[in-house]
Amino acid sequence: MIYAALFYAIAGFTVISALGVALSTNVVYSAMALMGTLIGASGIYVFLAADFVAVVQLLVYVGGILVLTLFAIMLTHQIAEVQVSNRSVGRLPAFALVVLVGVAMGVAMFRAPWHVEPLGEATPTTYGIGDSFLNQYLLPFELASIVLLTALVGAIVLSRKELRG
Amino acid sequence: MEIGLHHFLVVSLLVFLCGIFTVLTRRNAIGVLMGVELILNSANINYIAFSRYGGGGYDGQIFAMFVIMLAAAEAAIGLAIVLGIYRQFESIDVENIDTLRG
Repeated sequence: MIYAALFYAIAGFTVISALGVALSTNVVYSAMALMGTLIGASGIYVFLAADFVAVVQLLVYVGGILVLTLFAIMLTHQIAEVQVSNRSVGRLPAFALVVLVGVAMGVAMFRAPWHVEPLGEATPTTYGIGDSFLNQYLLPFELASIVLLTALVGAIVLSRKELRG
Repeated sequence: MEIGLHHFLVVSLLVFLCGIFTVLTRRNAIGVLMGVELILNSANINYIAFSRYGGGGYDGQIFAMFVIMLAAAEAAIGLAIVLGIYRQFESIDVENIDTLRG
């Protein structure tokens, strides 16, 4: 009972924060709402017995990506300009498209015969994930490090000042 | 009521729709990137939910880890590009960046 109440609280928090990201006109408020969504998603991972992914989500997303995003906002906005509202497609057409996609996906989701197995015991996952990374998924793991290194070098090259005229 | 697979799928669907709405309605390039983060997160919730309820072992969680890793790379590159655009155009409004338009 308390389990279900906790789940609904965290799921509601996640969805409401996501709505805040979508509807806020101020990009700083959007970033703060995005933090709520990321933390809520981390809580949902805990409900799904994915403890390691939940902690990684907190460290990488909230600790890394969100701080990076806030830095970019601070670097690219004059404070006076913060209140400028951002509309590209217009809310109504976008809303219609979202409703259309949502109905289609919802119908597909409730009709599909998902293969569901009885839940096993929620056990610590760190050992299994580390084991898989160094056995079955060794090549993707190494490729991932190359991708990260390339992204690091690329970000430095893109964001430094051009020295030659 | 037992919390089942569909509960997680509904949460993921709602987050995904918010992400699409954000990407569509923002003119601020950083806002668009935040919408992409929402979409990636909803995909992650799906991966882990199916991994938990489908009896797939750790595969779904490992895919979620790869998605998180790629999201970090995407954020670093994307924000570097946004900063470059800001230096060039003095604006990150995606409407103003139409130099290539004929």
